[in-house]
Amino acid sequence: MKRTDLGGVLLFVLGAAAILLLPRFVSDFRAQQFAYVGIYFIALLGLNVLTGYTGQISLGHGAFMAIGGYTTAILVSDQGLKLGSHTFSADVKDIWTIPLAGLVAGIAGFLFGFPALRLAGLYLALATFAIAVAMPGVLKYDRFAQFTGGGGGINLFESAARTRPAETTDPITFETISKPIKVLGLEIASFNEWLYYLSWVVALFMLAVAWVLLRGKNGRSFRAVRDSELAAASSGVNLATYKTLAFGISAFYAGVAGSLLAIATTFVNPDTYPITLSIFLLVGVVVGGLGSLWPLVFGAIFIQFLPLWAQEVSKAQGAPAVVYGVILILVMILLPGGAAGLIRRLKTLYKSRLPSRPLSRTSD
Amino acid sequence: MAEFFQQVVAGLATGSIFAALALALVLIHRATGVINFAQGEMAMFTTYIAWTMIENHGMNDWLAFGLTLVIAFGLGLGLQRAVIRPIERAPLLTTVIVTIGLVLIFNGLASLIWGAEVRAFPSPFPNDTWEIGGVAISQQDVGTFLTVLVMVSLLWAFFQFTKIGLALRASALNPDASRLVGVRVGWMLAIGWGLAAMLGAAAGMLTAPTVFLDPNMMQAVLIYAFAAAVLGGIDSPFGAVAGGLMLGVGLNLIGTYVDFVGAGLRLPVALLIILVVLLVKPSGLFGKPVTRRV
Repeated sequence: MKRTDLGGVLLFVLGAAAILLLPRFVSDFRAQQFAYVGIYFIALLGLNVLTGYTGQISLGHGAFMAIGGYTTAILVSDQGLKLGSHTFSADVKDIWTIPLAGLVAGIAGFLFGFPALRLAGLYLALATFAIAVAMPGVLKYDRFAQFTGGGGGINLFESAARTRPAETTDPITFETISKPIKVLGLEIASFNEWLYYLSWVVALFMLAVAWVLLRGKNGRSFRAVRDSELAAASSGVNLATYKTLAFGISAFYAGVAGSLLAIATTFVNPDTYPITLSIFLLVGVVVGGLGSLWPLVFGAIFIQFLPLWAQEVSKAQGAPAVVYGVILILVMILLPGGAAGLIRRLKTLYKSRLPSRPLSRTSD
Repeated sequence: MAEFFQQVVAGLATGSIFAALALALVLIHRATGVINFAQGEMAMFTTYIAWTMIENHGMNDWLAFGLTLVIAFGLGLGLQRAVIRPIERAPLLTTVIVTIGLVLIFNGLASLIWGAEVRAFPSPFPNDTWEIGGVAISQQDVGTFLTVLVMVSLLWAFFQFTKIGLALRASALNPDASRLVGVRVGWMLAIGWGLAAMLGAAAGMLTAPTVFLDPNMMQAVLIYAFAAAVLGGIDSPFGAVAGGLMLGVGLNLIGTYVDFVGAGLRLPVALLIILVVLLVKPSGLFGKPVTRRV
């Protein structure tokens, strides 16, 4: 293991510890918001494999999230997951649909990658956009309604009780008391906290997977496809393999994120994954930094919290959008390379101890 | 048969609006490689300016339209200098994200200034029809179509026969060489943005009389224009116009003759058809195919 790798692992462990301790210091409501940050982080990691590393623009990642979310919703609400004669019980069953959701979305993405091979740049952007635009129509379509619930969507949990801590009645005072959920010795007080841990454990796992996937020859191959297809092909990188693979991996991540989003909102309908979601995912990737991994957290924080902050500035009709837009443009002008670009710049500054020079603008 | 022709004429009218906005997208894309997502919202915003001049200041319709085109040109030019130029060295996607920021700003500003309620916008054309061989042709449609036709022709002449037009084409084609022969490429890009904003403003003012004026008026139009531009070949001005007209007519015919395609499914179906077209011709119908064997 190289020295830089060791530093990366150390940073990862420290970050993970900080993330796991965070709910102790914030309110239940904030924990829920940070759970969403984790979910967006996963989606951004996936989109970055495709857009940041391989250079393929997708304006339709919301569609792959929808596939993941609906997979989970259908499995959870209908029959439950059976393996052999064993039926997984309540909460475990929900969690085990997450990798399946990723797999279904990943296969869809991989298959979409084949026709997409013929398209480049904006043509690909329109193609992916078309998928995202068509998705709600498909989900609402009458013939699929028995699976997708049509326009009404699917409630994941039949009753709201499952999203609250278990309640029992005190045998002496007859007062209702709530029992915290216990997982691995950790007492988890609420659904939101459970959600937080679930999404961040998955997110950290997915981050580690992305890091392993992208660090060696594979990462270089993806980047070679992005920088010059001609050069990549002449160095023996199989374009078709890597492009479809990027689509598959990317959609797998989107599927996992979509599945978690479905669990977080406790229901899915055709509007759970709107076109704006696809567009803001792209915003998140660029704000985090194209071709980066952990700095995407900042992209996720940006797309989760900026709309809320903008609302606090002014609630007048239209004002939050203006605030959001102005901040977005300022961030892009000040940090054209996103958070990752800033981190790189600070690193060089620290290493050279010299006044910062303009750095090359290419990511990585 | 009469219905068929009526649908075609109506389709050409909406198609010409798509064509104008698609042409605006192509202008900017040819020069900078960026798709301006804010093109539709800029068009909506300038249309509101025209509305204010007519309703609040009692200005003559045509004068207001003309003045709006000038304001739009200034707006496009100013935006390029203010927010696009500072990041011209950044990755292309950064610029795309900035245009998404502009979408939010213009949309928000419009509801902030004018409120979200729907407003009627005066049409410069009479609300009558001509009867030609049993086919009722709306004068509104003909007026829209001809207006766009005239604008596109003027623009073509401008690019073809004027010195600035030549400089604009040169700086889109080869910025470095143009700089060497003394073309101020930076300003040419700004003029390109101005012209695109002008085309957009025209599209907005032609859209508003039929769909009414509200802050989200141009969003669907922008999607259609984007689709039209890609269908025609994102670098081909001719393709953008042809793509827009084809899309306008196609949408109308699909909506009329294919039963299961209601209003809600028109956009997805149109996009999926374009997707199939692109798979056969990956660089659009009129785009220059990039020959690349790897």
